[in-house]
Amino acid sequence: MTIPLADLVTILPEMIVVFAACVLLVLDPITPPSKKDWLAWMSLGALVVCFFITGATMNDRVFAFSDLVVVDAYASFWKLLLYLVSGLTILLSMTYLKEEGIDLAEFYGLILLSLTGMMVMVSGADLLVIYLGIELMSIPLYIMAGFKRFEARSIEASAKYFILGSFSSGILLYGISLLYGAAGSTRLADIAVAVDARGLEDPLVLIAMMLLIVGFGFKVAAVPFHMWTPDVYQGAPTSVTIFMAVASKAASFGAFLRVLLEAFGGVKPNWNGPILVICIGTLVLGNIVAVVQTNIKRMLAYSSIAHAGYALVGLVVVGWAGTEGAVASRGVSSVMLYLAIYSFMTLGAFSIVAILRRGGLEGEELEDFTGLSKRHKGAAFLMLLFMVSLAGIPPTAGFIAKLYLFMAAVDAGLAWLAVVGLVFAAVSAFFYLRVVMVMYMREPSATQEIETRLALTPTTTVVLACAVAGVVLLGIYPSPLISVTTFAAIPFR
Amino acid sequence: MSDLLVILIPVFPLLAVLLNGLLGHRYSPALAGQIGCGSVGLSFLCSLVVLGEMVSTGTTREVIAYTWIFGGDLNVNLGFLIDPLTTVMLLVVTGVGFLIHVYSVGYMHGEEGYTRFFTYMNLFTVSMLLLVMGNNYLVLFIGWEGVGLCSYLLIGYYFDRISAAKAATKAFVVNRIGDAGFLLAIFLVFVNFKSLDYTIVFSQVDQLSTEMATAIAFCLLIGAIGKSAQIPLYIWLPDAMEGPTPVSALIHAATMVTAGVYMVVRNHVLFDMAPVALITVGWIGGVTALFAATIGLVQNDIKRVLAYSTVSQLGYMFLACGVGAYIAAIFHLVTHAFFKALLFLSAGSVIHAVGGEQDIRKMGGLWSKIPRTHGVFLVGTLAIAGIPPLAGFWSKDEIMAHAFVNGEYGLYLMAAIGALLTAFYMFRLTYLIFYGQSRVDPKVEHHIHESPPMMTVPLIVLAFLAIVGGFLGVPPEHGWIHGFLAGVATPAGAEVHEVSFGLLVGLMGIAILIAVSGWGVAHYLYSARPRAAEDWAARAPGAYGTLLNKYYVDELYDWMFVEPCKRLGRIWDWVDSNIIDRMVRAVGRMVDLGSAGSTWFEKHVIYGAANVIGFGNHLVAWSWRKLQSGMVHHYAAMIVVGLFLLVHFLLIWLTGKSVL
Repeated sequence: MTIPLADLVTILPEMIVVFAACVLLVLDPITPPSKKDWLAWMSLGALVVCFFITGATMNDRVFAFSDLVVVDAYASFWKLLLYLVSGLTILLSMTYLKEEGIDLAEFYGLILLSLTGMMVMVSGADLLVIYLGIELMSIPLYIMAGFKRFEARSIEASAKYFILGSFSSGILLYGISLLYGAAGSTRLADIAVAVDARGLEDPLVLIAMMLLIVGFGFKVAAVPFHMWTPDVYQGAPTSVTIFMAVASKAASFGAFLRVLLEAFGGVKPNWNGPILVICIGTLVLGNIVAVVQTNIKRMLAYSSIAHAGYALVGLVVVGWAGTEGAVASRGVSSVMLYLAIYSFMTLGAFSIVAILRRGGLEGEELEDFTGLSKRHKGAAFLMLLFMVSLAGIPPTAGFIAKLYLFMAAVDAGLAWLAVVGLVFAAVSAFFYLRVVMVMYMREPSATQEIETRLALTPTTTVVLACAVAGVVLLGIYPSPLISVTTFAAIPFR
Repeated sequence: MSDLLVILIPVFPLLAVLLNGLLGHRYSPALAGQIGCGSVGLSFLCSLVVLGEMVSTGTTREVIAYTWIFGGDLNVNLGFLIDPLTTVMLLVVTGVGFLIHVYSVGYMHGEEGYTRFFTYMNLFTVSMLLLVMGNNYLVLFIGWEGVGLCSYLLIGYYFDRISAAKAATKAFVVNRIGDAGFLLAIFLVFVNFKSLDYTIVFSQVDQLSTEMATAIAFCLLIGAIGKSAQIPLYIWLPDAMEGPTPVSALIHAATMVTAGVYMVVRNHVLFDMAPVALITVGWIGGVTALFAATIGLVQNDIKRVLAYSTVSQLGYMFLACGVGAYIAAIFHLVTHAFFKALLFLSAGSVIHAVGGEQDIRKMGGLWSKIPRTHGVFLVGTLAIAGIPPLAGFWSKDEIMAHAFVNGEYGLYLMAAIGALLTAFYMFRLTYLIFYGQSRVDPKVEHHIHESPPMMTVPLIVLAFLAIVGGFLGVPPEHGWIHGFLAGVATPAGAEVHEVSFGLLVGLMGIAILIAVSGWGVAHYLYSARPRAAEDWAARAPGAYGTLLNKYYVDELYDWMFVEPCKRLGRIWDWVDSNIIDRMVRAVGRMVDLGSAGSTWFEKHVIYGAANVIGFGNHLVAWSWRKLQSGMVHHYAAMIVVGLFLLVHFLLIWLTGKSVL
């Protein structure tokens, strides 16, 4: 048995990232502590190389390893997004880990390994490959969630995430094995044939599909599988929270969409109902529970749940009975657009939380933001932009994302779902703007002036600049991103 | 050349925002104020040129700045539509806006965050200009949300007031509900027309079914209700008075709150197709006009009275739209901008004079101490009360006449009663502030002073406009404004009611009678018989209390929407934070049990075997000691290296050749 060179070339970006991770782990022990930043720069370099490779091959649609892996525009889009988010996470971590006193270089290795898992997920054309990707993504995340090992909350988050993550993996795996029983293969294309042949009312396929939806529901933090999210997001170190809330969610959505559309595209009526219920439940719960939060990280965790709900609107559009090809394709592209824009604004908001320091700790309580506009004008303004964008107010990118999504919903005849989304977007304005209110309309106490500071370094500045550029530029000039997502969604037409 | 001029109108204030926002801390607040005012002044000059061209050539044109969104079938430009309606709105926004900016220089003098204030004000102006200039729904919506955001920031301008922050949030969230309706209307328009440009939509509007037109019109109406503070979404506007007074004048009286009226008039083609929606507009307006006026009767905060008056006057504009009198609606919008801005600003001057006091029970007898403010306030009162020949008379009379002539006698009656109440509460306000015994706190008494010229000059200009502004629409139905707007705001397919001269004069006479009797009652209660008002209130405590508490609507909404929402949130929050813990604990307990078992196994079975191997190992171990540094990640590195080697050998074994 030989492995064709062409196959290896196809997964070149994955190989580069894994290689970089391994080299990093090897170099770590022999690098003097003062030079550890070089390891971060090295991993960034690897990401940049991958970015160009994936970007250059975006137009291709290549299968490799006997159709286990596919590299198409759809996968490439997610990969580009993932590189970007991982890169920004690494940049932020260079400062953040030092602030927290946990600057161990294997962190970057873990990020890269997790990223590899995500890349495998979005490129997988076979359920087992996707499953492998999920595990490869999750295990480094479990470790990173407990990276503040001297802090009980972080360990707890890690343990919770691990236990629940394993649980969901088990469910997913069970679904995959049932599907294997039904189709005799784990390849998405073979499953699609078998599913079509067995028809709408086959119990085995139905059960397997539900198990898969539950498993992916866990990963994208959709209600009612969201319960781990607030605790874990709050307890984990903030740069890990960013990585989980943005990269892991994007990758999970990428795989989720592919599995549902490629394997179960023939039985849309079967999954559309459950997805619709999950979508509405997520919208309602995420937004309403966020209203009563006083910890920003926890509030943003619920916000990220709510945004998963918005993204699911796109999936409902794709699966809605009578949706034509063009509209369905718009549903897919609107999910992609939504998550891309969501990434920028969530990353930005969490970054502000990460760099706002109170004593040796993170300023993550709402009170820590009191009168921020007086103390740190720039940071407060950026936070304002991120909050406004999360609430979906123009001219920020968050508005474009919601506009495109709800437009697709109305086009598919789901005007009422758009109304539900819009009403809860109105509710969300309440808690996002509360942050703004606290920053701009409250007087800081005397002690706060002294106690809090911003850990602003060149790298964090770059992160914030990228996030804000995404939020503003994509709001004012979203056309390029829209055309990329439209192009990348074509495989599902 | 003139395309550039159009684009420059919003660009000037935008530049001021960037300059003051980014560099404002580098120079003195005074310069920031000048930049802020100057930019709006320049926009005003450009608007005047646009008006000149519009009057001389009369052509509508579109100016495209750039393509904003394209992708699939969605194509949206950032473009401007310059037609007579836009031109009128431009002049109101930049003209009145400029005067209010100038006034603010004096009013906000010495306030903390002076630069910030002007940055927000200019940002507001930019958004408002986008709103009225946009050539498609999306640009309108951008402006729509932008003004909402600025309004939010400016209501909460005073840091030290918790109530201000609450009012700001309330305003924003209530507006978001309206915005949801508006956005839905935009989606529906797009689905039906595949375009969001006004020109395309309005030219193809006859393809629409009546049902769809009604649906779109109702969604638009929800948006308009939110922004223009009509029933049932009016509750945010009175609370919004927590902001500085120039903000109330600019945003919550003259410009932003009239955006709903502008939007309805702009979309009148759609409303004309949907008679049900149109008459709903009329009734919402009529009921609001009356309802808000009744609350205004008994309020004791000078700005709150004016706020309810604004809600009521906006109701008149909606009423006008509802009976197809779009030109009358815009006419009233313009005159209202003059006299309401005047009233708010002179109220600000009063508040300024008495050291920040807003309770009219603690004023009185001020006319001799602040004569100029008194004069302009009186002009404003006369104008809004509908005393001829001031501005309010002409526009309000025209609205009422339209309601009557169109056979909407119910609406006419509500408007008439509303007008009576308006005259009453405005003169009540005037009497309580300026005449009678002084009830001012003695400590404040000797500090009372007239405002500086920076504030009084804009007041005098506005007073002049409030006096002569009505002549834009004289003679009724055939004034300048009617001719100017005829092309853009005439209802489609409306039958022209020939109004006899006698009827017209008769209606005018009734209107004058109403205004004067309102004045008379106020004079009786608050000037001639000063104790009478208390007696009336004491005689009907239930009614008085209900009015004073604004019909308990806020409490009702809290009970119906806000509290349930919060309670639900708390319950779910509890579930989320407790259920998971329990699950984890249960798993932990199982793991404990399992590990107890495996510990026993390890101790007695594995270690036994390991001890044997361990001895052998011990011999080799010394050589590894250098590598065993005790750090887990170093082990990880070793595992990776090992993994590589293993894979390498495995591949050689399987394939017979090396991949390295």
